[in-house]
Amino acid sequence: MAGTLAEKVWEAHLVRRGEGGSPDLLYIDLHLVHEVTSPQAFEGLRLAGRQVRRPDLTIATEDHNTPTLDIDRPIADATSRTQIETLRANAKEFGVRLHSLGDADQGIVHQVGPQLGLTMPGLTVVCGDSHTSTHGAFGALAFGIGTSEVEHVLATQTLPLAPFKTMAITVDGTLPAGATSKDIILAIIAKIGTGGGQGYVLEYRGEAIRALSMEARMTICNMSIEAGARAGMIAPDETTFEYLKGRPHAPEGADWDAAVEYWKTLRSDDDAEFDAEVVLEASDLEPFVTWGTNPGQGLPLSASVPVPADIADEGERETAAKALEYMGLEPGIPLRDIHVDTVFIGSCTNGRIEDLRSVAKVVKGRQKADSVRVLVVPSSARVRLQAEAEGLDVIFKDFGAEWRNAGCSMCLGMNPDQLAPGERSASTSNRNFEGRQGKGGRTHLVSPLVAAATAIRGTLSSVSDLDLPEEIDLTTFDGTPLDGVGASPLGEFVTDLPMPIASRPVGQPALR
Amino acid sequence: MEKIHTHTGVGVPLRRSNVDTDQIIPAVYLKRVTRTGFEDALFAAWRGDPSFVLNQEAYSKGSVLVAGPDFGTGSSREHAVWALKDYGFRVVLSSRFADIFRGNSGKQGLVAGVVSPEDIEILWKILETKPGTEVTVDLEAKTATADDVTVPFQIDDYTRWRLMEGLDDIGLTLQQADAIAAFEETREPWRPKTLPAKHLPSIEIEAARPV
Repeated sequence: MAGTLAEKVWEAHLVRRGEGGSPDLLYIDLHLVHEVTSPQAFEGLRLAGRQVRRPDLTIATEDHNTPTLDIDRPIADATSRTQIETLRANAKEFGVRLHSLGDADQGIVHQVGPQLGLTMPGLTVVCGDSHTSTHGAFGALAFGIGTSEVEHVLATQTLPLAPFKTMAITVDGTLPAGATSKDIILAIIAKIGTGGGQGYVLEYRGEAIRALSMEARMTICNMSIEAGARAGMIAPDETTFEYLKGRPHAPEGADWDAAVEYWKTLRSDDDAEFDAEVVLEASDLEPFVTWGTNPGQGLPLSASVPVPADIADEGERETAAKALEYMGLEPGIPLRDIHVDTVFIGSCTNGRIEDLRSVAKVVKGRQKADSVRVLVVPSSARVRLQAEAEGLDVIFKDFGAEWRNAGCSMCLGMNPDQLAPGERSASTSNRNFEGRQGKGGRTHLVSPLVAAATAIRGTLSSVSDLDLPEEIDLTTFDGTPLDGVGASPLGEFVTDLPMPIASRPVGQPALR
Repeated sequence: MEKIHTHTGVGVPLRRSNVDTDQIIPAVYLKRVTRTGFEDALFAAWRGDPSFVLNQEAYSKGSVLVAGPDFGTGSSREHAVWALKDYGFRVVLSSRFADIFRGNSGKQGLVAGVVSPEDIEILWKILETKPGTEVTVDLEAKTATADDVTVPFQIDDYTRWRLMEGLDDIGLTLQQADAIAAFEETREPWRPKTLPAKHLPSIEIEAARPV
């Protein structure tokens, strides 16, 4: 029977098909754990006298609640420190591999899986974090779960799940210069709305998607949840295999060949039927920014802030008016006239090496606007090391930006990296909800290129507003390092004893 | 989990759409490692506003929340459900829920019932006209009744059954332990294992300092 990519992966993980309205029981290949949504799950196991069924399919890191400054010193906030200590104690007690703050493999959980080569096509991947959809870029069925489900997966390595619907999102054509995969996904969310994907697994396809690098694909799948979908997927291809090959946990030898042979079957059949279809033309896109308080409230940068009075639907009119009041924006003013106080470059959406390279290309040799604070937070410690090997840190510091340690940081403002009340940001992250980046903070979601241009001009801007030298190629971000700096080689990897890192006290440097 | 068949309590009209989980409970409250005690964090940003619905005497003891569409979007934090429950809510009615929030509710014994937008409007009008009106939610009949108006709600049969029986999901799944073990025998060798750990050599990470 013809099937979609998502259905194929689902079928391959059926432990038991549900009968009479009960859900299917699905096997989980990879469980990612972090400090915020796991303590109550481990506590539940302890109270019930249960073990982690498969520590060898589980990996933990510290990201949401970690500082991005002074990481070699004790965490100042006592509650945060306790939460980190709790994860370390749980990892030790239950035998779960943990990459702690200060370790070279620490970072945002959705960066750690891919960079270690643990995220692969055809897997089921879960994590107590809604941006788990990121891993769908590899052709995995990956979705966020709540803490009760975290406990369920820890105890059983399975999840009871009701079947979903499928939606094909086809992006044809070629992206114009200055537009990125972030603009594709912001345009999709603006088109289908924050609830448009509810109950669906999205599959992104078409010429514009195929042309994207692995990291750019991750940006798109990452924000599937912002369209209401639990998961988004892209069929694996040579780009995927190329990214994976040689990574520490990628299969080797005959296993690699067998895997690739299987992965090549992971595509929606030509006659597969989707429950819904959406088509977008990439060449029509330009940089997108959000003006409101949900990710669906986005417009091309050349547009103006909406005028609520012009909106026919009463509910939408009220929602828009409330959003503008919170955002402190005059209806009808051009988006390009909006001044920002902070530019945040980072997060699981846009904190990877290619994002940092694209920002560095734009800001190299320039100065940030005086009125703007610029935070650059790599998505993982490895990304930070890679950026430093390429000299990007020097470019950022010369520009006037702060170069931080890895973590979720200002994306959700759980650690000290927050907006002050009334402060306005251009942020490469994924959510512009009220108070998301700090109580009273105002967020405009943007691509890394828009973030870079905005940091230079102080107002929402695209690279077309800058006098960029012609030799800078902004059409592709395919992982090519900046001219004149060499990428550090992936190198040989090491195999540790099962539990290398779990038991250090907070604030101590990692094992060397 | 406690069995629920019917629940009666004061209805609270929350006339807002897209109430995301950052609004239900801001991230700063997620640092705790306990499962209870989140009542102070519920709708934290709005609780300082005297006109906010929960700050009005008639609604402050509410246990049935009647909200606008797309309730619980965004972050997967189950803390949103814990905060609602800790405050005293047992039922949330909306015309559309985010998937993860609805799943989390079912695990924690919070009834998330889907009511048509027209019926939500009717409930809002009753609750706003007569603050303090009680709403009776009947899981068996899948109805919500306020005053003399009864409206139907949707909830999937499996979740409804678990709520009514008070069943623990993990216990149910562990009855399938043999099927899980048999499935594990069939998994291909290329599928990744996190242990033993493999990674690039450890390199010292320089700590960033305030500028």
